[in-house]
Amino acid sequence: MIEYEPVIGLEVHAELSTDTKIFCSCSTRFGSQINSNCCPVCLGMPGTLPVLNKKAVEYAVMAGLAMNCTVSEASRFDRKNYFYPDLPKSYQITQYDFPVCTGGHIEISQGDEKKVIRIARVQIEEDAAKLLHDKTGSDTIIDYNRAGVPLIEIVSDPDMASAAEAKSFLESVRAILRYIGVSDCKMENGSLRADVNISVRRKGDKAGTRTEMKNLNSFRAVTRAIRSEFERQVGLIDSGQAVLKETRRWDDTKGISIPMRSKEGANDYRYFPDPDLPEVLVSREWAEEIRRNIPELPNQKMARYMENYKLSEYCANLLTSSVEISEFFEVAAEKSGDPKSACNLITGEMARIMKERKLPEGDIPFGGEKLARLIDLVNLNIISTTAAKKVLEIMFETQSEPEEIVREMGLEIIADTEELSEIISETIKENLQTVDDYRKGKKKALGHLIGKAMARSGGRADPQILGKLLKVEMDKC
Amino acid sequence: MPSHMLCRKLRDRELGAVELTESMLNRISKQEKDLGCYLTVTGEDALCKAREVQTKLDSGVKLPPLAGIPIALKDNICTKGIRTTCASKMLENFIPPYSAAVAEKLDEEGMVLLGKLNMDEFAMGSSTETSYFKKTKNPWNPEFVPGGSGGGSAAAVSSGEAIMALGSDTGGSVRQPASFCGVVGMKPTYGTVSRRGLIAFASSLDQIGTLTKDVRDCALLMSLIAGHDPLDSTSFPMDHIDYTLYLHNDITGLKVAIPKEFMETGTDEDVKKCIYRAMETFEKLGANCFEISMPITEYFMPAYYIISAAEASSNLARFDGVRYGYRNEMYSGIEEMYKNTRSEGFAPEVKRRIMIGTFVLSSGYYDAYYKKALQVKELIKRQYQEAFQKYDVIMGPVTPSKVFRFGEKINDPIKISMGDIFTSSTNIAGLPGISVPCGFDDNEMPVGMHLIGKHFDEGTLLRTAYTFEQNTEYHLKKPPNGGKA
Ligand SMILES: [Zn+2]
Repeated sequence: MIEYEPVIGLEVHAELSTDTKIFCSCSTRFGSQINSNCCPVCLGMPGTLPVLNKKAVEYAVMAGLAMNCTVSEASRFDRKNYFYPDLPKSYQITQYDFPVCTGGHIEISQGDEKKVIRIARVQIEEDAAKLLHDKTGSDTIIDYNRAGVPLIEIVSDPDMASAAEAKSFLESVRAILRYIGVSDCKMENGSLRADVNISVRRKGDKAGTRTEMKNLNSFRAVTRAIRSEFERQVGLIDSGQAVLKETRRWDDTKGISIPMRSKEGANDYRYFPDPDLPEVLVSREWAEEIRRNIPELPNQKMARYMENYKLSEYCANLLTSSVEISEFFEVAAEKSGDPKSACNLITGEMARIMKERKLPEGDIPFGGEKLARLIDLVNLNIISTTAAKKVLEIMFETQSEPEEIVREMGLEIIADTEELSEIISETIKENLQTVDDYRKGKKKALGHLIGKAMARSGGRADPQILGKLLKVEMDKC
Repeated sequence: MPSHMLCRKLRDRELGAVELTESMLNRISKQEKDLGCYLTVTGEDALCKAREVQTKLDSGVKLPPLAGIPIALKDNICTKGIRTTCASKMLENFIPPYSAAVAEKLDEEGMVLLGKLNMDEFAMGSSTETSYFKKTKNPWNPEFVPGGSGGGSAAAVSSGEAIMALGSDTGGSVRQPASFCGVVGMKPTYGTVSRRGLIAFASSLDQIGTLTKDVRDCALLMSLIAGHDPLDSTSFPMDHIDYTLYLHNDITGLKVAIPKEFMETGTDEDVKKCIYRAMETFEKLGANCFEISMPITEYFMPAYYIISAAEASSNLARFDGVRYGYRNEMYSGIEEMYKNTRSEGFAPEVKRRIMIGTFVLSSGYYDAYYKKALQVKELIKRQYQEAFQKYDVIMGPVTPSKVFRFGEKINDPIKISMGDIFTSSTNIAGLPGISVPCGFDDNEMPVGMHLIGKHFDEGTLLRTAYTFEQNTEYHLKKPPNGGKA
């Protein structure tokens, strides 16, 4: 049996979160009324000219620097010519020969294993309009709100050898872009899209003919499409057929890919330098200024958490998966002075609750300082860790103050000796048999009784005092 | 009468702005059926604007120099609310919701827009014969073409149907018709005038230029339209210039170069005679003329054709019937809609250039054509640069041929395109050029001389042209029958 492996490269398109479009001053707001954010420029009306939005360049450079790329001091815009109703000028302004950033890399981790994925280039381009099909299927509506929204295309080298690695790469890219705030990377809104290039090879051999998969709108689709395409190609090779160089469209509902209609000469985009736009100049000084403004990146943050907070790599990784979570964690850790507990609650109970409530990642309905106060309540021995979990649940529900919830629900720990003695004598009265067992030398019975007493207190008894008092009581006679 | 004289009359109350506009509109209505300069006449708007200017004049408000002067625009310059067709079926009913930067400026300065002028379809042609709508006659003799692509602009100024006009010059479309109609035509340095709102033919070559009765008017109009536009990324960041300050009647010591290739590239004998006579005039006026060699001349045409067609094929791709302009309604499927729309919306000359442009950019041919043309472009720039290290102005004919008759060349695209040979080289190099009347051929049709200047040295060009004009009388001669062809 010959063993094959996939060779995978990704082209990630991310919409930049600039306020205005790349070549005009229209808003980029998502979800606006159809064709409300457009003007003669982004509609490609005759005689109109593009003026480059400097912010788009800044964001692209920032993304490139965050992925360890070299910034080109001079890059250029080219025209990619093809006819399609979503393309107002019948050409897309993009970067072909001289992209703004080249030659970078990012690190991805697969469990304990780390791998470096090279970034071939980061280029700036304009998005196309969106085609909406009406219910009858006969009419097409063109929504130009998206036409001219700035995009960056991040092109990786074919360095990935599994669907899991590809997914991990995409996640890392998304985390980086969101960290530095240049894109909201919402796959569901189309602000992050990926095309995948796949070929297969025998382990150790040269890669075969590659295909390109388009229309991958979720992480799940990326993974499934890669697996499906890998199997398809292996099947072809095993049966002695050739893999055709083609672009395929992934149908996620059916779980299959279909070749996209290849028009004659469809791939000849006749690129040439756009004469309407001068070179894009990024001076060393400007690039340095942008570099200084890059916030701490996920892997840097992870290292810091492990160092400063003595967290495990696993925990640090979970906490840095999104900016929102890491910011929440840092507030909770600093205010409570107890990073371990903060980490445990965030990655444990809170993660569980959020999953249960189907909250989007990082969308915590209260601030880190509230969690810190909850941790304080535990550490000051006012409530138990069990009670803390109950309080958390309610905090998600009502966003009330932790102290208030504890008071209203009467969750304070009972540390008062008299109150505890009463609970103990009641417990003993109801469990004479167990008491007897203990006194006969069955030491395990003590634990059983502590459990009973704790239950009687509604989980509120201070476990240490309770244990001590119970032992004294039992050993009396 | 040139505008600088009319301006004085308007200011001195010898002439009213409304009266002036009315007389222009009268002339248009009398002559148009014979001449065919205009595609759209905006009479009502023009009178309205003239009244507005007159009210200001009457109230003693100080107005910009050209306020009240009637002007007309080539129909590829967008005018808000006024049909802008590029003389194409494709844009027959296109009314832009915005004005070109130059149109805005003219309006702000109180100029009176008379209408939109005929041209070759999408500015592709040298005789205005490719217009979808009509032919424009040469006011000097209706058997002859007015030149192109801005034939309407040149004929309107020459015949008095407009005091001034704006055109666009991609390979000579201002200067060649100016030469054919005996008026002054200037294409400024690339980046001097905003291209915003000019419907693009070849973006790296296109530049809006002026057509006027004399050099002083040229300087006045240039002063109005030149200047930085932040909304055109290829516009040069420059301060306002008053070009009339360069109008000195003095070219003593001016070094004028005449490339011998310009006189030998099939150049007509009558044209040569006029140029040599102009050279003698320059010498008499104290300038020094030198014959030089520009061996790159033989590559002017191929480089121009490849670059302009390549850019045009992309610029004109937006006319697909989806959003505006002509759409063939008999289609099943988007492919067919594109095909039918573009097959019917464009005439053969435009389609020919789109196909050439598509070809030279396609993979497999890109290196042999488009890339080569860009290399030649650099060589052309360099040869001009070298010449300008020694000389102030380069002089030659505007076109090798004299004015030709209708139908004479329309079916010979190679011959007609050779007409652009000298002018187009300045578009490739981004240099300013001016066409100035310098004589008449054996058909008694005007002949123009072409002066080329250094980048942003319109000043020297204007001074040279002005001195020539002040010491000759070609510009004073009027078309027979007062321009009524
Ligand atoms: Zn817009």
